[in-house]
Amino acid sequence: MLTPQESSGLVAKVAAAAAVQNNALSGGRSLWSDARRRFLRNKAALISLGTLTLICLACVIGPWVLPHAFDSADWEAMSFPPSMVNSHFWGTDDAGRDLLVRCLIGGRVSLTVGLLATLSSVTLGIVWGATAGFVGGKVDAFMMRIVDMMYAIPYLLIAILLVTILGREFYLVVITITVFSWMDMARVVRGQTLSLRSREYVEAARAIGVSTPRIIFSHIVPNLLGVVVIYTTVTVPGVILTESVLSFLGLGIQEPMTSWGVLIQDGAKTMEATPWILLFPAALLSVTLYCFNFIGDGLRDALDPKER
Amino acid sequence: MWTYTLRRVLAAIPTVLVVITVCYLLLHATPGGPFDSDRKVSAAVLANLEAKYHLDLPLWQQYLLYLKGLLQGDLGASFRYADWSVNDLVASALPVSLSIGGIAMLLSVLIGVSLGIFAALRQNSVVDHFVMLLGNVGSAVPSFVLGPVMIIIFAIMLKWLPAGGWHDFEFRFMILPIALLTIINVSTIGRVMRGSLIEVMHSNFIRTARAKGLPTRVVVLRHALKPALLPVVSVLGPLAISSITAALVTETVFSLPGLGKLIVNGAGNRDYTLVLGLVVLITVLTVTLNLLVDLAYAWLDPKIRY
Repeated sequence: MLTPQESSGLVAKVAAAAAVQNNALSGGRSLWSDARRRFLRNKAALISLGTLTLICLACVIGPWVLPHAFDSADWEAMSFPPSMVNSHFWGTDDAGRDLLVRCLIGGRVSLTVGLLATLSSVTLGIVWGATAGFVGGKVDAFMMRIVDMMYAIPYLLIAILLVTILGREFYLVVITITVFSWMDMARVVRGQTLSLRSREYVEAARAIGVSTPRIIFSHIVPNLLGVVVIYTTVTVPGVILTESVLSFLGLGIQEPMTSWGVLIQDGAKTMEATPWILLFPAALLSVTLYCFNFIGDGLRDALDPKER
Repeated sequence: MWTYTLRRVLAAIPTVLVVITVCYLLLHATPGGPFDSDRKVSAAVLANLEAKYHLDLPLWQQYLLYLKGLLQGDLGASFRYADWSVNDLVASALPVSLSIGGIAMLLSVLIGVSLGIFAALRQNSVVDHFVMLLGNVGSAVPSFVLGPVMIIIFAIMLKWLPAGGWHDFEFRFMILPIALLTIINVSTIGRVMRGSLIEVMHSNFIRTARAKGLPTRVVVLRHALKPALLPVVSVLGPLAISSITAALVTETVFSLPGLGKLIVNGAGNRDYTLVLGLVVLITVLTVTLNLLVDLAYAWLDPKIRY
């Protein structure tokens, strides 16, 4: 016996299936145009996307337009509060450097580290997970055992050890972060590959004689892309956060170069007298992380409506 | 249950061994030895020093000696703090970290679970919105921002509590660090508890219990709570690992003389042996903790054991 919700759910499913069929007959909507429509309806995600674009643009363009350099001191205005008069809109830090420009330059570094480390860890995760899922058997068991192992390791400590040994170059920070942020993606991709391999529509495609590459590219990869996109947006804030923690502990990006974590650390040292040095970069980082979270939620809802 | 336990223990040992080995080799791959310095030391003195610390032996023998020391509970000597072994440094720092982390973990489980229950039972109420807000804050406002903000509010503006420091386990100094760690963990536990209880409350056996005419209190406490707690137990392992991150930050923000401060300072000073010793120690602790969580999980949910 079905409850009213269950039966209405069933009706909806049947209707949806019929709609899919209709669309398929009329050339219709693809998974992606459907997803785009759903994403555009999500206000929080759209606002986040707009805000994030603004922040990125400001980070790229701002330092060229503003009259101060990120590493030059204004001896007339040290620890100067935010003001419109001398164009230190966000004030200056205790060495007289313009805080707005420093925040934007720090944003460049933090976002670049985030982007590069995400790109490399996502690639590693996809290759690892897809290989494990496709090959299966002993190889799969061994590869996933390594992933389990990585999960059990307190990654920040190993990251600290790596940074201690290797030094604090920009690319070393990226590598260190990559090593410890690919496992989620590997797990998800493997799971997805495993379940996709034995789906009926793959069986059906095989039965009517579709070639293996064709099956992979037109049936498996598109269905993999959804989770990949979702987990990528989840990975970015995590990676940015890790870089910030390392920098905050004084183990990441080094002076005179800066990142949001470095700026927050600087601000925290002098927050009693000059709280704005802490608050501006902290707010910028938090807003960015919020945006990524909302966009991630929006993408998940758009690409995987069942999860809602 | 016994075979499961044995299997898990056997699986945990390679993890620890791999971490120790990789870290040890990494350390050896770095250029420069511990006795390199600008001051010239005579070759005989250097040879004696190297013999004392077994640096003249081949790498695999040094490694085995290190492992032997570890098995006997000896983490080695510190490069920077002369006259201190890593064990001495750990002995002075561990109680600080354990008391703060232990109390915070206990509080966050208690508060997180009860908040989660309230939020799940009264969806869209004030408590529910509070839990969701806390979850959002926890995921987007990092601990190293929240900590300084708490200091500004409670130490600088209100002057209720000290801004940091440590004085012989005096409680005043422990309140803010514990509060910070608790807030971070409660946000995760509360969210997970809320989600899982909502799911359980929609299941058939709860409907049956309600249909029998049981009061809500009994339905929740006797029937729904135990299955709903399972996901909470499963996040405790990852939570313990992220608590280490939080502890590093907390101890830096509030300048507490704990393990986190020790390792951050050690890394700053490039005190290789100290950092290696601490990494090994904390890895063993977390792997053990994860093992206990897994076993608790299997004990609660027989499906896992097979």
